[in-house]
Amino acid sequence: MIHSSDTICALSTPSGSGAIGVIRLSGSKAVAIANSIFEGKNLEQQKGQTLHFGKITNGEEVIDEVLISLFKGPNSYTGEDTIEISCHGSSYILSKVLELLLEKGANLAKPGEFTMRSFMNGKMDLAQAEAVGDLIAAESKAAHGLALNQMRGGFSKKIADLRHELIQFTALIELELDFAEEDVEFANRSDLKDLVNNLVDMINGLLNSFATGNVMKNGIPVAIVGQPNVGKSTLLNALLNEDKAIVSEIAGTTRDSIEDEVKIGGIAFRFIDTAGIRETTDIVEKIGIQRTFQMIEKANVVLYLVDVVLDTKEEIHQVIADIQSKLEGGEKQLIVLANKADKGGFDLSEIPEEFSSKFPDGIEPIYLSALKKLRLEKLTTTLEEIAKTTLNNGSDVVVSNLRHYEALKSAGNALNRVQNGLDTNITGDFLAMDIRQSLHFLGEITGTIEIDRDILGTIFSQFCIGK
Amino acid sequence: MLKEYDIIVVGGGHAGCEAAAAAANLGSSVLLITMNMNTIANMSCNPAMGGVAKGQIVREIDAMGGYSGIISDKTAIQFRMLNLSKGPAMWSPRVQSDRWLFAQEWRLMLEQTPNIDFWQDTVTEITTVKHKVTGVKTSLGMNVRSKSVVLTNGTFLNGLMHVGQKNFGGGRAGERNSTGITEQLKQLGFLDGRMKTGTPPRVDARSLDFTKMEEQKGDEFPSKFSFSDTKPLKDQRSCHITYTNQNVHDILASGLDRSPMFSGTIKGTGPRYCPSIEDKIVRFAERERHQIFVEPEGWDTVEIYVNGFSTSLPMDVQFAAIKQISGFENVKLFRPGYAIEYDYFPPTQLKHTLETKLVDNLYFAGQINGTTGYEEAGGQGLMAGINASLKVQEKQPLILGRDQAYIGVLIDDLITKGTDEPYRMFTSRAEYRILLRQDNADTRLTRLSHEIGLASSERLEALDHKEKTTEDILKHLNRTSIDPKDVNEFLKASGTSEINQKVKLSSIISRPQVTLNSVIKGLPKEKKTLSTFPQDCIEQAEIKIKYRGYIDREREMANKLNRLEDVKIKPHFDYHKLTSVSAEAREKLSKIRPNTIGQASRISGVSPSDVSVLLIHFGR
Repeated sequence: MIHSSDTICALSTPSGSGAIGVIRLSGSKAVAIANSIFEGKNLEQQKGQTLHFGKITNGEEVIDEVLISLFKGPNSYTGEDTIEISCHGSSYILSKVLELLLEKGANLAKPGEFTMRSFMNGKMDLAQAEAVGDLIAAESKAAHGLALNQMRGGFSKKIADLRHELIQFTALIELELDFAEEDVEFANRSDLKDLVNNLVDMINGLLNSFATGNVMKNGIPVAIVGQPNVGKSTLLNALLNEDKAIVSEIAGTTRDSIEDEVKIGGIAFRFIDTAGIRETTDIVEKIGIQRTFQMIEKANVVLYLVDVVLDTKEEIHQVIADIQSKLEGGEKQLIVLANKADKGGFDLSEIPEEFSSKFPDGIEPIYLSALKKLRLEKLTTTLEEIAKTTLNNGSDVVVSNLRHYEALKSAGNALNRVQNGLDTNITGDFLAMDIRQSLHFLGEITGTIEIDRDILGTIFSQFCIGK
Repeated sequence: MLKEYDIIVVGGGHAGCEAAAAAANLGSSVLLITMNMNTIANMSCNPAMGGVAKGQIVREIDAMGGYSGIISDKTAIQFRMLNLSKGPAMWSPRVQSDRWLFAQEWRLMLEQTPNIDFWQDTVTEITTVKHKVTGVKTSLGMNVRSKSVVLTNGTFLNGLMHVGQKNFGGGRAGERNSTGITEQLKQLGFLDGRMKTGTPPRVDARSLDFTKMEEQKGDEFPSKFSFSDTKPLKDQRSCHITYTNQNVHDILASGLDRSPMFSGTIKGTGPRYCPSIEDKIVRFAERERHQIFVEPEGWDTVEIYVNGFSTSLPMDVQFAAIKQISGFENVKLFRPGYAIEYDYFPPTQLKHTLETKLVDNLYFAGQINGTTGYEEAGGQGLMAGINASLKVQEKQPLILGRDQAYIGVLIDDLITKGTDEPYRMFTSRAEYRILLRQDNADTRLTRLSHEIGLASSERLEALDHKEKTTEDILKHLNRTSIDPKDVNEFLKASGTSEINQKVKLSSIISRPQVTLNSVIKGLPKEKKTLSTFPQDCIEQAEIKIKYRGYIDREREMANKLNRLEDVKIKPHFDYHKLTSVSAEAREKLSKIRPNTIGQASRISGVSPSDVSVLLIHFGR
């Protein structure tokens, strides 16, 4: 039972070191519990929406000097009495304060429990609560914007429009079924077909936007490919600033794909380091190479890393051609990186002919050194540019919630069956069955499941029915 | 003067008759009180039973052992299976009835049913003690005691009839209305409302020119309603179709200022799907003509029901307008059309058993619940009679699910959503209509009804036999391989592609262009075995082969949503504690008090997020 009188607490700022850490406490005993470890004022005698400076003590020693925000329910985020303790951001202090609160009778909040309480206490509806969940998880600016947009209902509106069109359609079909005896004109099947086709296109558009929505939430996938030992892992490490990928001098060390996320210009990129592309008899590595090509298919951006000193012109041309053949469709971008451009003592201000002549026409490689972290910013600016165009692909509504995506997909599948049904001339009762299913799934998103009243309402307002 | 009864049924219309019959057949002692013994089971409106969705209800009533199907078969003058060009879920039986015979048959059936007594009188009061029924009081001063009362008052409660500017109290043309019950029920705490319906003029067939109309014949091979051994029709009477025209509309329009509908005299809500002719010409002014069905009222009578011309306009307008209809130039009217307003009680005040939430052992069925139609009334009467009887006998109630019967959809809709216009059944109201077919009403319901002791053992045996034979046919079709050389000519003639290797006979039947009956006709080799099977089993087998995919998918969907029906809500739960539920939903939930989350989800104004909150509270 969620509606409990339990008072819950949790660290509300990210764990790790920050200047300030906030601990939130919510529930009927929030003020009393906070008061029992607070020195300065009697919190239980204070009004709501007030700030209080004082000390947290365990009775023997002072743990921290803190600022307490006091909210009285229902005027708080959760709708319950809520205390927010702003401590100094040391993990030691924060864990000590939390321990104290637990000792005094608070329970540790489960993930999402504050939002859940807020929802249960009528502070927000389900769609908003879901969006808040996304908002909290949204680490990058773009994802944040998406979550906010969803809260404002842009998505629901588009689905509601779609559903309305479908109801019109269904009314025509139902008219044929329930009023066969009446002197009414029946639905023109080819008009119906056009309408369904339009709807399917709309749904597919929304489904495709899921990819964009997903990018915003989960980051743009970037595959790093190239010959073994060209420095892919080194590049990744340079970007990541940490040693997650195995880097070694033995060609073919990276057999599996490793993913990590880097934020550039507020947008998340998911880098996928792949095994090197080369002919091999080693089975494990063969799998790794197959995976490389799969990764290229999944990625939005492919970074082809060239050892500008060792790789030959023929090899480079071949690999670029291979990758380009995998990039069919044009949405994906290939960036060619000429790595190790520092070898031989160049300062990269001028690119020697012997390097530039290795690349095919139309390819503008970025010369850099992953190892020495030279000119990495050329790469990051390019990635940012790409991200901006990916995210502004003209789609005003973006589907990013997996639940919504599944519902749309089911609605689309049902409509595909309607298309098939129209092609094979099945009767209206079977068409209606699939139309109703798609209405049901769309209703799961918009929150209006009731169908028959809408359909009958449409029929009665538009057609003269009844003996 | 009268003994104490288990159940008193107030009203002898379609609801009252089914209620009395079901309760008596379940062993309860029943008193049927009606204002007029001569008008039991009178068809107040058109002389017809069944139709799309309604025909399915009649089949369901019959499958459960009610009488409407048998009586419809015995008194039919024309049978048509509507919607045959659509899938089997849409096939809908409909008969034109002999109005007199219909009422007579019903009365005789009731007279022959043990445990039913009759009393002609007007009930003026339901007597109760501590919100439990103890009997009724009548206008003749009788005080009859009973354990339960089923109210089926139809349009009689404070009935007010309108013809033009004239209006007068009455329950039906030529009959008094009933007063007192509404006022008493309001005192007990019931909410009431007002509804309106209407009928067209009746005319003399001898004054019509049928050569100017289209004839509408009955089916060449008429079927029937009852799963029992009633006989299909041999001879049939035709209906005719004609149309209104601009002259008719002009005359009607000239009388609108004296229409009780448009002048505001009529306050009750009428059905949108059964509009009066004046309503049609106003709301659909662009239409040049409206269809008129000319329906005979019986085998021998010359009285004609002018279906489609329902009106409450002044008589001079009715007379002038109807003469302009093609074929009606010399028409003689028998009775004018009229509108009637009557009291109903919003059905959200009922439980699934049709027992009222406010008064124990008091049941409502039929138009008193805001419905319209003989079939809808009969279905409710049957269930009220069954449940009143089961309760008196201290047995578990019988509640039909939305995936089990149109009657289940009807009652669940009424008590969950209520209705703001006379409620008529449509197939589109049933989310699982592929399952709720007229052909399988017995499979859906006869066993259930036999278990409580209503459907007879003969009915159960007939069902077992039908299902076994159907299985035999399916086995035969799945086992029999058929050779290209034997079948290709037939396939070609049927307009479907030929085969190059042996296939099972069932795979040929699954093609839309092929039917089992066409196989019997077209393939002499198969005729020998197949023609030994009865037609209803042939039909079942064919439906199972052709539509299995759809039926299975619908079943799956129903099972999925039924899980919400399993999550029970505590009966006295305080919804006002649920601040996360919208105010509208809280209000509705408190009023309707659904039993399950499934029912809650169907209340209009309760959104899926409200349902999620309920799910968090109850069970998940």
